[in-house]
Amino acid sequence: MAAAQPVLLIATRKGAWILHSDAERQQWRLDGPHFLGQIINHLVLDPRDGRTLLAAASTGHLGPTLFRSTDLGASWQEAAQPPAFAPTADGSGRSVKHTFWLEPGPASEPEVWYAGTSPQGLFRSTDGGSTWAPFSCLNDDAQYREWMGGEQDGTPDGPKLHSIQIDPRDPSHLYIAMSGGGVHESTDGGRSFAPLIDGLDVVEGFDRSSPSFHDPHCVRLCPTLPDRLYQQNHCGIYRLDRPATTWQRIGDSMPEDVGDIGFPLVLHPRNPDTLWVFPMNGDDVWPRTSPDGRPAAYRSRDGGNRWQRQDHGLPTEQAWWTVKRQAMCADTEATLGLYFGTTSGEVWASADEGDSWQCLARHLPEIYAVEIGYPSP
Amino acid sequence: MRVLIPSPLHDYTHTSRVEASGDTLGALLDDLDRQFPGIRFRMVDEQGQIRRHMRCFIGGVQIFSLAHVLDEADEVLFVQALSGG
Repeated sequence: MAAAQPVLLIATRKGAWILHSDAERQQWRLDGPHFLGQIINHLVLDPRDGRTLLAAASTGHLGPTLFRSTDLGASWQEAAQPPAFAPTADGSGRSVKHTFWLEPGPASEPEVWYAGTSPQGLFRSTDGGSTWAPFSCLNDDAQYREWMGGEQDGTPDGPKLHSIQIDPRDPSHLYIAMSGGGVHESTDGGRSFAPLIDGLDVVEGFDRSSPSFHDPHCVRLCPTLPDRLYQQNHCGIYRLDRPATTWQRIGDSMPEDVGDIGFPLVLHPRNPDTLWVFPMNGDDVWPRTSPDGRPAAYRSRDGGNRWQRQDHGLPTEQAWWTVKRQAMCADTEATLGLYFGTTSGEVWASADEGDSWQCLARHLPEIYAVEIGYPSP
Repeated sequence: MRVLIPSPLHDYTHTSRVEASGDTLGALLDDLDRQFPGIRFRMVDEQGQIRRHMRCFIGGVQIFSLAHVLDEADEVLFVQALSGG
């Protein structure tokens, strides 16, 4: 039993909202907007202290920044030094357009946070998110810069470094993913990284041995089996069991008319064989909508060998939204709760591990991310 | 000298007109940041470039360089170039 009632942290294209639940997760109260009109890419409550809440913000017209709250958004303080690339003498260096991914560090490093940005950069804070500095060789390494490509090589609103995953057994063991640019691993605390892309498909006609052509959408590390990684990729769903280095495609067993393209991937916090994906249409021009206008989550309980459609309560037709890579999450209750936000501004929840769904909120701006949090009492 | 601040930055200044000083536009922005911590990075990126949707006018002329020399009689107008929906 969790110590506190969960909150759902909702980051959208035009602000942030917080859904507060009752103990049974049946009644939810919507709090917000926070930062109305600002682009909030990620809103994360520190699981280590249950108090520190970080928001990655920009407006589209101002430079990016981070805000920090220790009272669940009743008040906010701006980061003293938000993520920024190292300046160059001639002004030709890169500049951060927005922070995309916020990742709390391991329990053994309670003040450490990581951030992934667009264009791709990796940053670290050692003071709870107040000041940030470039981290590792990635941001300026010539080989990595080549693999990252330029503005035209990434997602529509800019190439992103995401899916920062830290081995709970060893803080110096990290994984990151770049869209585009592939999945990479560090075993020396970020001093160096190496590609981890064997077995992954790329778009037909391109060289799968080059990280440049890889487009991981979401990578997750199993908290109770840290040698296992799952990945939702531009070209399918994959699993990797270390020390192996070759990803195995597990999306081939998805229904043929649905396919295994999507953005988010959610893991069960206690069972490494159970995961969820939310497929989208990746045909022809890539509509990136629910296949056939009928949205559904798919659950596997055996590591991706078999999948079960879960759509009870969801629209049965003419629903053409998308769930983005950070917009689906799970809580940690005994009977797991699942949550997702849509590009059409709806928040959906399941209190029974995806067997049935109810809509918690409608008419919000386009949802970029949802995260569960457990505030300290 | 007098500085006009656009509305998206009023969270920092709480007013549209402030006083700041500096021999150059860069120095004036440094002074603004001393008075209103964080405001400079919202206006100028880490490479010293005025951000894409931020416009600076002095004497009716758009200024792009932080090295632009200021006169005490100048009035510096920052405005936002809004776009999108």
